[in-house]
Amino acid sequence: MQFDSFSSFLSMGGYAFYVWLSFGVTGGAMLLLALQSYLQHKSLLNTVVVEQERRARVKKARDNASM
Amino acid sequence: MWKWLHPYAKTEKAYRLCITLQPWFWIGAIVCLFIGTIWGLAFAPQDYQQGDSFRIIYIHVPSAILSMGTYVAMAVAALVGMVWQWRTAYMTMIAMAPVGAVMTFIALFTGAAWGKPMWGAWWVWDARLTSELILLFLYIGVIALYGAFEDKQQGGKAAGVMALVGVVNIPIIHYSVEWWNTLHQGATISKFDNPSIAPEMLWPLLINLLGFALFIGAVTTVRLRSEIIRRELHRPWVQALASSYYENKRT
Repeated sequence: MQFDSFSSFLSMGGYAFYVWLSFGVTGGAMLLLALQSYLQHKSLLNTVVVEQERRARVKKARDNASM
Repeated sequence: MWKWLHPYAKTEKAYRLCITLQPWFWIGAIVCLFIGTIWGLAFAPQDYQQGDSFRIIYIHVPSAILSMGTYVAMAVAALVGMVWQWRTAYMTMIAMAPVGAVMTFIALFTGAAWGKPMWGAWWVWDARLTSELILLFLYIGVIALYGAFEDKQQGGKAAGVMALVGVVNIPIIHYSVEWWNTLHQGATISKFDNPSIAPEMLWPLLINLLGFALFIGAVTTVRLRSEIIRRELHRPWVQALASSYYENKRT
């Protein structure tokens, strides 16, 4: 451990603002990217399912009409 | 010799490969980033000139190296798509572009936050910084060009040409600190025979570099899966996949 106490760790030898800003923005950017990728994937799968259900409904209505 | 590769040109096979690789990428990335970041922040010794501000190196250097590495990987994918007419190669290219763009953003941002206390300026129009900024624009250009085409195969080709032309920027970024007078310091870890960094500072850096690379792999597999679904919407296997996903969610 390079620091004597937790508060000296947080103060980063006087460079706290720059160090924690860098690590914070980096972590935030990486989290957002991962989250967006997963949400996009999920919503795509949902779109496919919704489309399938719509086709099934159309087919059913058509079958009923022709009977 | 390359025969084992051919099945992965098929989208379904590539999709399955992504599912297999994904957990390993995530586990590796989280473990490496955790160890590397804690080690770098709390246990690596102080720099004798820059004090604790040098700790930004543990995210700045990995993201900067990999912003270039991802670009080269993207260009290789574009080349494969053009030469062998692999549709999956273009999909891989476009899956990587946003990830590389985020890496470039991180490199630029952490560079600015490191430049302010060390050089006294958030930004200078210096060769290294400017060429890295151009890299960000190249990524954005590839994404935008691909998005502008209704026919995604055409879009892939157009964006692929742009990605390949942009490769010229990579050696410019790398050698910018040697070719021009610059504020930016020279290479730190690429001189393996005589590295200009102490081993107890170097190890966390290498671990974080691996962690960033695995993170890029993980996000790329997620995005490649989305891209495959988007392009193969009407294939029976995609339809079956989506309905089984829905079944799982309902039960």
